[in-house]
Amino acid sequence: MNGVHDMGGMHGMGPIVEEDNEPVFHHEWEGRIFAMNLAMGAWRKWNLDASRHSRELIPPAEYLRMSYYEKWVAGLVELMVQGALTTRAEIESGVPSAGSMKAVPAMTVDKAVARVTKGGPANRNVDVAARFQAGQRVRARNINPVGHTRLPRYARGKPGTIDRDHGVFVFPDTNAHFLGEKPQHVYSVCFAARELWGGQAGEKDSVYVDMWEDYLEPA
Amino acid sequence: MTQAHQHEHDHQAVPSDPALRVKALESLLVEKGLVDRAALDTLVDAYEHKIGPRNGARVVARAWSDPAYKQRLLSDADIAIAEMGYGGMQGEHMVVVENSAKVHNLVVCTLCSCYPWPVLGLPPVWYKSAPYRSRAVIDPRGVLREFGLELPEEVEVRVWDSTAELRYLVLPERPTGTDGMSEEALAALVSRDAMVGVAKVSVSKAGSAA
Repeated sequence: MNGVHDMGGMHGMGPIVEEDNEPVFHHEWEGRIFAMNLAMGAWRKWNLDASRHSRELIPPAEYLRMSYYEKWVAGLVELMVQGALTTRAEIESGVPSAGSMKAVPAMTVDKAVARVTKGGPANRNVDVAARFQAGQRVRARNINPVGHTRLPRYARGKPGTIDRDHGVFVFPDTNAHFLGEKPQHVYSVCFAARELWGGQAGEKDSVYVDMWEDYLEPA
Repeated sequence: MTQAHQHEHDHQAVPSDPALRVKALESLLVEKGLVDRAALDTLVDAYEHKIGPRNGARVVARAWSDPAYKQRLLSDADIAIAEMGYGGMQGEHMVVVENSAKVHNLVVCTLCSCYPWPVLGLPPVWYKSAPYRSRAVIDPRGVLREFGLELPEEVEVRVWDSTAELRYLVLPERPTGTDGMSEEALAALVSRDAMVGVAKVSVSKAGSAA
C-alpha cells in the first residue's frame, strides 16, 4: 500500500535527534508491549509480514503522531481481534468475556528464550530457479498494490543492477494476507543514487534495496 | 515551544495513557491464559541486559584482529557471527558490509525499523524515526553531516535499505594508532553508531556508549 510508512525520500520530517545514553525502553510499558508482541506471536495466528502490515494500516495522521511502541499497541490489538484471540469488548473492559475459555500460554519462559536465541528464519529450502544473476540489469516494476508490499515507492520503475542473490525467501505480499508463502529469490539490487534522485545526488553514491523476484523485470 | 506548552500538547495528542492501556492489556491476556508474565519478564530482561551493541562490537574487534575471521564474516556472516555465540531473532540472515577509505556504508529501514537485534540490540529512537527513515536514502551525506561526519566527495556512499529479511552490520575501519591492542580493548572503541554507519570509530571516543 502507498502508505505514510513508505517514507524513503520524503522531505520535511525535521532534524534527526540523537539521545545520549538512551535506555532500551523509555517506559516500563514499552518493554511490556514489545514482549507481548513476541509472546502473542507464538500463537501463530499471524506472521511477521502480517504484523508489519497491521502497523501500516494505522491511519497516516495517527501513524505520524504515535510513538514507536504506541504503534505496537495498536497493531497488536488489531492482530488479536482478527485472530479471534480477544474481542474488542474485552480490550475495552480489560476483563475476559463471561464463559470465555482459559488458555495455556503458547510461550513459556523456555520457549521465550528459544524464540530469541533461535529466531524464525524467513528463507525456504525449496528448489526455485533464479530468473536473474549478479551483474544483470533489471528494473523495479511499477506496481502499486493496495495490500502489503516491501517494494518502496522510490525504487518503482527505476533501473538497477543485481548485486547478489540472497536465496529463496517467503514473499511478504502474499504472506501478510495469509495467501501463501510463494517462496522466491531475493536479490540485493544496486540503484545509482542519480537514477533514483537525479543530479542532486552524489555521482558515486548508490542505494542497495533487497527485492523479491516478483518486484523485478529485465531492463 | 515552552515546556508547559509541550506538556499540554503531549496530553492532547495521547488520548489514553499508554501505560494504563498496556497494563490493562497485559492483565487481560494473563487472565485469558494467553501470555505468561514470567515469559514477558524474560523477554524484557534479554533485550535490556543481554542483547545489545557490545555483541556487535566484539564481532568487529575479532574481525580487526583475525584476517581469516574477517573473511568468513564478509562471505558468510551468519556462520561467523554464530561462532561468537550470537544469533536468533532478527539476525537470522546477516550481511556484513565493510567500510574503507573508498567506501562508506550506511544502514536504514525506510519501511519500518528492521535492525540486526542479536548484534546491536533494539534500535534507538532516531533509527526508527521519520527524519532518519525519510532522508537516509535521498540525502545520506546530509544525514551523516548531522551526525558530525563529513565525507570527502571521492568516497562512495552505499546505503542499504533493509526491505527484506536480510539484516546489515557495518564493519567500520579500524582506526590508526590501535596496533597491538587486545580484542577486548578494540571492542571498547566500537560504537553502535559506527556499526549502523552514521559514525566512524576513533580512539578518542573510547568508552562512549553510543
